[in-house]
Amino acid sequence: MKKVAIVGYAQHKILPNAGALNEVELLMPVVHKVFADLGISQDDIGFTCSGSCDYLQGAAFAFVEGLSAIQTHPPIKESHVEMDAAWALYESILKVKMGDAETALVYGFGKSSPGNLDSIISLQMDPYYISPLWPDRVSLAALQARVLLEQKIITAEEMMAAVVESRKHAASNPNALITDLLSEDLYNSNNYKSSPLRALDCPPISDGASAMIIASEDKAFEYTDHPIWIEGIDHRIESSNLGSRDLATSPTIESSAKLLQLENINFDVAELHTQFSHELPFLQKLLNLGDVPINLSGGPLVGNVMMCAGLDAIGKTYESLVKNQLKHGLAHATSGPCLQHNMLVHLERQS
Amino acid sequence: MIQAGVIGVGQTNYDSKRRDVSMAGLVREAIDHAMLAADVDWDAIDAVVLGKAPDMFEGVVMPELYLADAIGAVGKPVLRVHTAGSVGGSTAVIAASHVCAGEFKTVLTVTFEKQSESNATWALSPRYPYSPHINAGAGGYFAPFIREYIRRYEAPEHIGWKVAAKDRQNALKNPLAHLQIPGIDEKMVSETPMLWEPLRYLESCPSSDGACAMVITSEEMVGSRKVAWINGMALRSEGTLSAGRDEVNPQAGIDCAKDIYQQAGIQNPRKEIDCAEIYVPFSWYEPMWLENLGFCELGEGWKLTDEGVTRLDGSLPVNMSGGVLSSNPIGASGMIRFGEAALQVMGLAEDHQVEDANIAMGHAYGGAAQFFAMWIVSSSKN
Repeated sequence: MKKVAIVGYAQHKILPNAGALNEVELLMPVVHKVFADLGISQDDIGFTCSGSCDYLQGAAFAFVEGLSAIQTHPPIKESHVEMDAAWALYESILKVKMGDAETALVYGFGKSSPGNLDSIISLQMDPYYISPLWPDRVSLAALQARVLLEQKIITAEEMMAAVVESRKHAASNPNALITDLLSEDLYNSNNYKSSPLRALDCPPISDGASAMIIASEDKAFEYTDHPIWIEGIDHRIESSNLGSRDLATSPTIESSAKLLQLENINFDVAELHTQFSHELPFLQKLLNLGDVPINLSGGPLVGNVMMCAGLDAIGKTYESLVKNQLKHGLAHATSGPCLQHNMLVHLERQS
Repeated sequence: MIQAGVIGVGQTNYDSKRRDVSMAGLVREAIDHAMLAADVDWDAIDAVVLGKAPDMFEGVVMPELYLADAIGAVGKPVLRVHTAGSVGGSTAVIAASHVCAGEFKTVLTVTFEKQSESNATWALSPRYPYSPHINAGAGGYFAPFIREYIRRYEAPEHIGWKVAAKDRQNALKNPLAHLQIPGIDEKMVSETPMLWEPLRYLESCPSSDGACAMVITSEEMVGSRKVAWINGMALRSEGTLSAGRDEVNPQAGIDCAKDIYQQAGIQNPRKEIDCAEIYVPFSWYEPMWLENLGFCELGEGWKLTDEGVTRLDGSLPVNMSGGVLSSNPIGASGMIRFGEAALQVMGLAEDHQVEDANIAMGHAYGGAAQFFAMWIVSSSKN
């Protein structure tokens, strides 16, 4: 089986409100950065794939605008998923594995500030029976938090710790949106947004963009002596019917972890796409991560760019392995209410 | 590379309003037909690839989440593709990539649009900050490109009527087609109101509800099934507003076609390709794409149309199913082209079958004529 490596990643500083800075203007600097880091240009890219969401932009064809950030003359092999860019990465890996490309540029972008994210996410539900009730994303997440607390799979203290720790980690992440430390007292005095989730248990409204470059085995060594191999990647979706799901577990994460044989790997670091505080201890236990450092970037709780945050979890894992010369990293990306669609990625640094 | 083939194509019937089904019911209808045709059960499906045009066409954000159950994806990988009008084609290419990459044996792919849930012209006319608002929809956007084609090559007015009548005559042989207009001819087309000069009402595609699905598998899984081998497939994109871009004859379309011909070992597409399902949402795009795809020299496309070459009984039949001009569930329209091409080489196109069709092309385009997806399917392997 052909191997594929991540060889470059760049992230825009996450902004609370990018204002008049549009999606293309957020994207261009990161695309230029990944190219500059490797000394290459779009001419060296075999396949390009992006992730974005029209509803965030409030207009059909958000990805068409995104193309304005890259060179498309001569024409390029290109595609787009209306998903987090982690899935654009997945599609790109297929293209490299089948030999259609030696390199791929993957990018995602999202501005949540101009719209109403709660309303937009409501439209992900069954359009006939559920969406008309306008369930917001926090209330949906709270359903799962409640189940996990009541079944004693996690505790309220663990939720608080997830928030407090993420703030501490954010101090070393120059792109994080929230970097001020949080005391336990302040957390405990924070109002509930949708019980048991306090406002502080939820991710901030975020604007940003990220880009990544992957390469085939031969090509990867042209860029680095220590490629970060995508040793395993798997993603699966669960039912859209929340009532038929057991929210106290995740069959998709369990089956992906088994398929990727994660139990045999001693991970040095993990970045999880845990947007709400309860999801962190939940996945930590589900994936048996024990003492593995999780979300050293601060994770989605300190900056959560829609359509990018999943790719960012993979990108941040990549950065950790490169910077600290670590061996094994685990990344997780998710989509949909209550962790409906999950991706696990095992990265390994070439020693 | 692993060779992939189509073993089942399933379509719904196309109509302006499929009030009898939900979105989930619509996609499942196409899937059921495809899986029955392929003679596979759910255990055989390793991954699902869903495609559709903008979410604003129905008002469901990232509908793979809502449709996970209906498309049989629960517990499986699912990818949602969106590449504008070309999406039906790109979805097929990406589904086949799952197989060709060696990651999956058998993939189910489905595309749909339920245009009756919303208003496509509204959704296609986004209001961007700091830009003048053009409430044009697709027809208004493409009409200037068509006028430029007519100017360049001095093409006569009736060519558009001819394409429109021919495709609707073909649709009368396809019971799934949305528009069934008995007695349709050039004169009837020419007497309909002008919408966007030079496009008249009947030279424009309808708004349809519908879905199309395919089962794509690797060589080892084909067995004794009928199969359309995918001998070439490609995607190409170019920017909306790059300097020197020729909207009438886009470079991305030229490159994409060359790519699939090379993969399939085709030297002379006009001679070697038996029939083609080409994305023609507005009549004049038939001659324009014939040139862009290298079936003839520039300026000669309208003559092929005029001579009847592209008729069902011509030497290069185009849009045997009635094409986008007869059924247009936008997100599925590209996949219908790809699927109908497959049906032709499998010999399953019934009343609109081209005799001895062994090599067929499926083509889709989208955006401002800037996104292209194509494949070549054949009754024999590469």
